[in-house]
Amino acid sequence: MENTVIELEGLTKYYGSVKAVDNLSLQIRKGEVFGLLGPNGAGKTTTILMMLGLSEPSAGKALVCGIHASRDPIAIKRRVAYMPDTLGFYDDMTALENLMYVGRLNGLPDNEVETRARQTMELVGLENELHKKTSAYSRGMKQRLGLADVLLREPEVIIMDEPTLGIDPAGIRDFLALIRQLSRQKGITVLLSSHHLHQVQQVCDRVGIFVGGKLLAAGTLETLARELFGTGSFEVVISLAEPQDTWGNLLHELRQTEDIRSVEAEGNTLSLSCSRDITPGVVRRLVEKGLGITGVHRKQYGLDEIYQRYFEHLNE
Amino acid sequence: MKSLIIPKRITGPDSPFAVMVKKEVADHIRSRRFMVLLLLVVLVFAGTLYISMSHIRQAPADPDKNFVFLRLLTLSDGTLPTFHTFLSFLGPLLGIALGFDAINSEYNNRTLVRLLAQPVYRDNLLLAKFCGALLVIGVLFLSLVLLMTGGGMILTGVKPEPAEVLRILAFVILNVVYIGFWLSLSITLSVRFRNVATSALIAIGIWLFFTVFYPILANAVVKALVPEGFLLPEQVMSYNRLLLSLLRLDPGQLYTDAATTLLMPSVRSLGALSMEQMAGAIPAPLSFTNSLMIVWPQVTGLLAATTLCFALAYSLFMRKEVRA
Repeated sequence: MENTVIELEGLTKYYGSVKAVDNLSLQIRKGEVFGLLGPNGAGKTTTILMMLGLSEPSAGKALVCGIHASRDPIAIKRRVAYMPDTLGFYDDMTALENLMYVGRLNGLPDNEVETRARQTMELVGLENELHKKTSAYSRGMKQRLGLADVLLREPEVIIMDEPTLGIDPAGIRDFLALIRQLSRQKGITVLLSSHHLHQVQQVCDRVGIFVGGKLLAAGTLETLARELFGTGSFEVVISLAEPQDTWGNLLHELRQTEDIRSVEAEGNTLSLSCSRDITPGVVRRLVEKGLGITGVHRKQYGLDEIYQRYFEHLNE
Repeated sequence: MKSLIIPKRITGPDSPFAVMVKKEVADHIRSRRFMVLLLLVVLVFAGTLYISMSHIRQAPADPDKNFVFLRLLTLSDGTLPTFHTFLSFLGPLLGIALGFDAINSEYNNRTLVRLLAQPVYRDNLLLAKFCGALLVIGVLFLSLVLLMTGGGMILTGVKPEPAEVLRILAFVILNVVYIGFWLSLSITLSVRFRNVATSALIAIGIWLFFTVFYPILANAVVKALVPEGFLLPEQVMSYNRLLLSLLRLDPGQLYTDAATTLLMPSVRSLGALSMEQMAGAIPAPLSFTNSLMIVWPQVTGLLAATTLCFALAYSLFMRKEVRA
């Protein structure tokens, strides 16, 4: 592909005899926001470190911006900015000094580095904390400083490992909005790893589900949902006013109906799984039977369900 | 020197290595740890200099009497050891203090991953840690001896001989090499041990072993080898030589040997000399090059040990997984 920025081919990593990453292949296009999802210990960080050439893969290869990660890591690190999950700064330096140090390491000229660092800190909303020592920074502020550190370098690709860790909900929203906006405006490719599903759902174009070192699925949320739950699978949950024992032969009747695959009743609620959307018909039938309906809910598949389903598969 | 000859690039940014060295130097100079050590070294220097200044007039005439400044560094009335004796055990402390947390503190502060994600070579970090500390030490000792020379010139009114200047400069380089050995040892330990306290304690343990126990051990080994009864002078000599060779496995011994030879031009051999060898020798100072020839093996040994430690640190660090 012409505009593939990150390409992983059969990437494998062993730690001793433990397989941390297992034959991972993945492509990420330019300008995309990709979410790598997985529980703790799934091998997300290891994969990221291999992309940056900070860790040697046991097998396979990683190409970032067309550069082989283990052969020329310096060239990659010039284009890719990485924000680790455990952010550390030099505690005896101020935030601005920390940023300027990174700027100088990236070859920013002396007369430019301070202005650039100040601008970037303003961008992430830390303009009032410039001269505070980073040891006095809160977790959320450090996270923002980490983002500033990444942006200062004007990268083509940003890789973030658990970027939302330790930020309050409002902060997360701003943070992710900023990432998304930057990606759109400047065409920066963003790869972020997380185990927070909702946040990832909000900003990512595509997600990859990564469990036990294996990439189980990758794609947009809709394609993932379709793959998992089949096309035309509709789940409807109906809550009734009357308890189950007054329903009569309703369950039996519903089970006979075409298009309804399964019927489950629990307390006052009725769960249906249908091959096409027959909600109006069912509701009408219930009303005809004189049952009071307190709620009808058609399930939308979000990342939670997708994730859950994959784990079910994994445990089986 | 380089900046005098080649005009400095006005617009070009520094290389990442230079940036890291600058940061290391700044960190050392600002750290309290270095302040304490600096105070210690300056106190020792001032103390030994005071003793030698007050005794230089009534010192007995010896072949080195023309070298006023060398005598300032080596003269002692017995109340205080000489400067280089002090340094033979303070030097390691200086080296260890500047290096024991070089890598593991970056690791524990989580700055290592972030730093290595910048476009810098991994080995540059290690080299920058080493060079930064060495630069600080070099400047420290150079300024100390320059202060001493200046003060000596004011107090005595004597101009230093060219040979003296060379010897003193060689002594400074020797100090840097000696401390460099302990620095590279402690950096190696800082790569190997993740816990800062562990690496510091092990470095101090090695230092104590060499200063306190190793001479005792070497003596005991040689004593066990010496047969009872009458010994020929040649046998005595050979056992003496064995003891000396064993002692020279200790870098402190190498340093003391080299420092003594450099600062006392009349020292012409580091081992025992037989009467035949001494016969006809005129008690006169050696030339600088001759002294240098005598200490060459010592300096080479120290450099080799430094390089070995550094190579070990390098190989450990390059293979280390960076993730915290």
